Amino acid sequence: MIRDIDLAINGERRRLRVDDTATLLDVLRNELDLKAARFGCGAGQCGTCAVIVDGEDIAACQLEVGNLEGKAITTLEGIGTASNPHPLQTAFIELQAGQCGYCLAGILVGAKALLDRNPTPTRSEIAAALSWHLCRCGAHNRILAAVALAAERMSRRAAA
Amino acid sequence: MSVPASLAANPRLDRWVGFETPGRARVAIGKVEYGQGALTGLAQIAAEELDVTMDQVDLVNPETDASPDEGLTVGSMSTETSGASIRAACAEARALFVAAAAHRLGCAPGALEIDGGAFLLEGEPSGLDYWTLASEVDLAVAPTGEAKAKPPEQHRIVGRDFGRLDLPAKVFGQAYLHDLAPEGVLHARVLRQPGFKATLVGLNETAIRHAVAPAEVEILREASFVAFISKSEAAAVAAVNAAEQGAQWNEARDLAPALSETASLKELPCQSFPSPEAPPEPSNRRRHSAGYSRPYIAHGSMGPSCGLALYEAGELTVWTHAQGVYPMRALLARVCSLEPSKIKVIHAQGAGAYGHNGSDDAAVDAAVIAVRRPGRPIRVLWRREDEFGHEPVGTAMHVELTAELDAGGRIADYATEIWSGSHTGGRGRCLAETALGLPPAPPPAAPPNLPPGVRFSGGILNAIPSYDIPVKRVTEHVVQAPVRTSSLRGLGGPVNTYANECFVDELAELAGEDPVAFRLAQISDPRAIAVVERTAAMCGWAQRGEAGTGRGLGFAYCRYRDRGAYVAAAAALTVDTEVRLERMWCVTDCGQVINPDACKNQLEGGMIMAASWALKEQVKLAGRGIASTTWDDYPILRFDEVPPVDVELMMNQQHQRSSGTGEVSLGPALAAIGNAVAHALGARLRDLPFTRDRIARALLAG
Repeated sequence: MIRDIDLAINGERRRLRVDDTATLLDVLRNELDLKAARFGCGAGQCGTCAVIVDGEDIAACQLEVGNLEGKAITTLEGIGTASNPHPLQTAFIELQAGQCGYCLAGILVGAKALLDRNPTPTRSEIAAALSWHLCRCGAHNRILAAVALAAERMSRRAAA
Repeated sequence: MSVPASLAANPRLDRWVGFETPGRARVAIGKVEYGQGALTGLAQIAAEELDVTMDQVDLVNPETDASPDEGLTVGSMSTETSGASIRAACAEARALFVAAAAHRLGCAPGALEIDGGAFLLEGEPSGLDYWTLASEVDLAVAPTGEAKAKPPEQHRIVGRDFGRLDLPAKVFGQAYLHDLAPEGVLHARVLRQPGFKATLVGLNETAIRHAVAPAEVEILREASFVAFISKSEAAAVAAVNAAEQGAQWNEARDLAPALSETASLKELPCQSFPSPEAPPEPSNRRRHSAGYSRPYIAHGSMGPSCGLALYEAGELTVWTHAQGVYPMRALLARVCSLEPSKIKVIHAQGAGAYGHNGSDDAAVDAAVIAVRRPGRPIRVLWRREDEFGHEPVGTAMHVELTAELDAGGRIADYATEIWSGSHTGGRGRCLAETALGLPPAPPPAAPPNLPPGVRFSGGILNAIPSYDIPVKRVTEHVVQAPVRTSSLRGLGGPVNTYANECFVDELAELAGEDPVAFRLAQISDPRAIAVVERTAAMCGWAQRGEAGTGRGLGFAYCRYRDRGAYVAAAAALTVDTEVRLERMWCVTDCGQVINPDACKNQLEGGMIMAASWALKEQVKLAGRGIASTTWDDYPILRFDEVPPVDVELMMNQQHQRSSGTGEVSLGPALAAIGNAVAHALGARLRDLPFTRDRIARALLAG
């Protein structure tokens, strides 16, 4: 059904008139021009469209916007920007953690959700949290190292 | 001095380099980026020769007419071929500017240095730079072949780590063709034929319109090509989903599931290319034979293929992530019946393709629709099931090896017989062209620079292992695969290396020798010896335990395509009901290294992809075509399954020719895993992937 829907995205209230069964991914990309979450499979199997909803990272292609009113939605655009990067983004660039990069937006979102839950994860905890994200280029080891580096820096900063 | 091939084919310096904008060096290349780091390395070479900083280089996005024509970005060849050309073009340009500056200053050219694009005379600023001289130096000239490139010992930028130029945008959520949506864009999806012979006889348009309501969709139908076009992307997807349910086809493909297995290759029609060498004389030497295989493999791009096209006032503009803009223009000219001069092709990045995936087809889809619906940009994004189900896959291969050991336990005679689908044939026919019923495409052109009488086939790359072997024979059977196949990272090279390097372990066992010692005894090239010895040291080969304990350490070596990088790899793993990788190692000598970290990134990625092929991957065929059309049906290695990978580069070969690294680690990694599994089990698995079933069968048989 087409109706007015209020979404809270990256801390901003966005009112839209859309079909309430539209997927969040479709709305982010085609209505709100937020393109970091990207289409990979449309089935919640690859993680390229991950966003954070009320603290949990989840596939935006599997969510209907009609069910998201009142929930806090965060996309990669809300995590950091080129002029104000998140420590995860800085660490990914520093360790060159990525090749084609198509999976990175989803993985960065997944890593952010993990560090919010667990600021000092081990390598195997990071791997477990990211295991639903696919990376075809084989950049996994660099990605695991970059998440660990960002976590370490953030913990040190929090302690200081 | 000769002019490198790409520069000779685009013989005007201003096609490659220019100084039109103050403070900036324009560098244009014909290779495209898809995350392999090619552009960054090529920018480093340009900055090095011009003596500008990396920050001063503006790389021109590949686009027809604006970029030199360097064909396709394939074969780990960018650094070698494009690098040689950009180096030569920049050295020539630099020499022209130095001559002009020397003339102005009344000094000898040798008295000048360049720093950040500014000319220094005896170390002091001369007041001249590339930009003040630009109006008096004509770069619209052919290369002379006379300019000398810098000797490696003067390199300040080449041989150092630089962050990839393309990566920051990707970390901030930008960068892809998939994100382009020009004003007025229409979304389209295309119904695919179940096989090339299938013709569409029925389409339930009412049901399709009902499925997308209240949104609207236009149905473009011509022969068996059907596109659904809408302002709403979701509506275009809903339309093709609905269409697929009700479409009726004549002569739809009907494949037996057994065709998924490599055992089927020998039963398929084929063209054979027997070895010109005579078969071996009967001998009393020790002879051993074995057969190895890899099934059909998906490219598995994380992003499905995308194309964007606009046809306006008789001119077609296409944005594509295909492997080259000029080959794409030629393809579009043929399919759309347009003069190439009326077509502009612009590269935009896509997800990693690792070869020829659906990229060409998606661009052609968009163009075919755009020329029939002029005036609005048409964006086609394949669904996941289109990418898995209709891309040209990497072909299955079956490799049979026979060798004889002489009395001293050395390989005296080696014969390879290969059954393989085509590794490059997929370029010959694109999906939309067939669906439209256009005449068959001409066969793909032979790769350039081949000596007369030499046949190029991706299937025979690295057909013989990289040792000093006196007698070698290669026979290839190019089979007609039941689905479209085309290039996948390394073509047949990684599969042949997998087979050969596992077989060499079998021969070592026959000779009663340690596998690494057996290899070293049959290598004379010191660069090869160095990578083998270093890898053996890194992986703790000397402490390798007994076979059959469930814990395995495996080793492999190869020289890529017999003339490229020297690569050795090792793998440590455990096997109980399934294989668990613990660690992998790789040492590579690729000659002159441009960007060490970027090379290591490629080598690491190749090892992980190979591990994924080895343990998990197989395209399944059944019924109308490819049956494995989701990530659940086609699992790849995940974060909690990848082992740490240690990679080292030989940095003492900076005077040698550069060789690419994008494809070179896969073969040795596959074979190292195969040898480690054999060591762990005390029994050998020869058919990839090493699934639970196959492990269980090997254990039962043992």
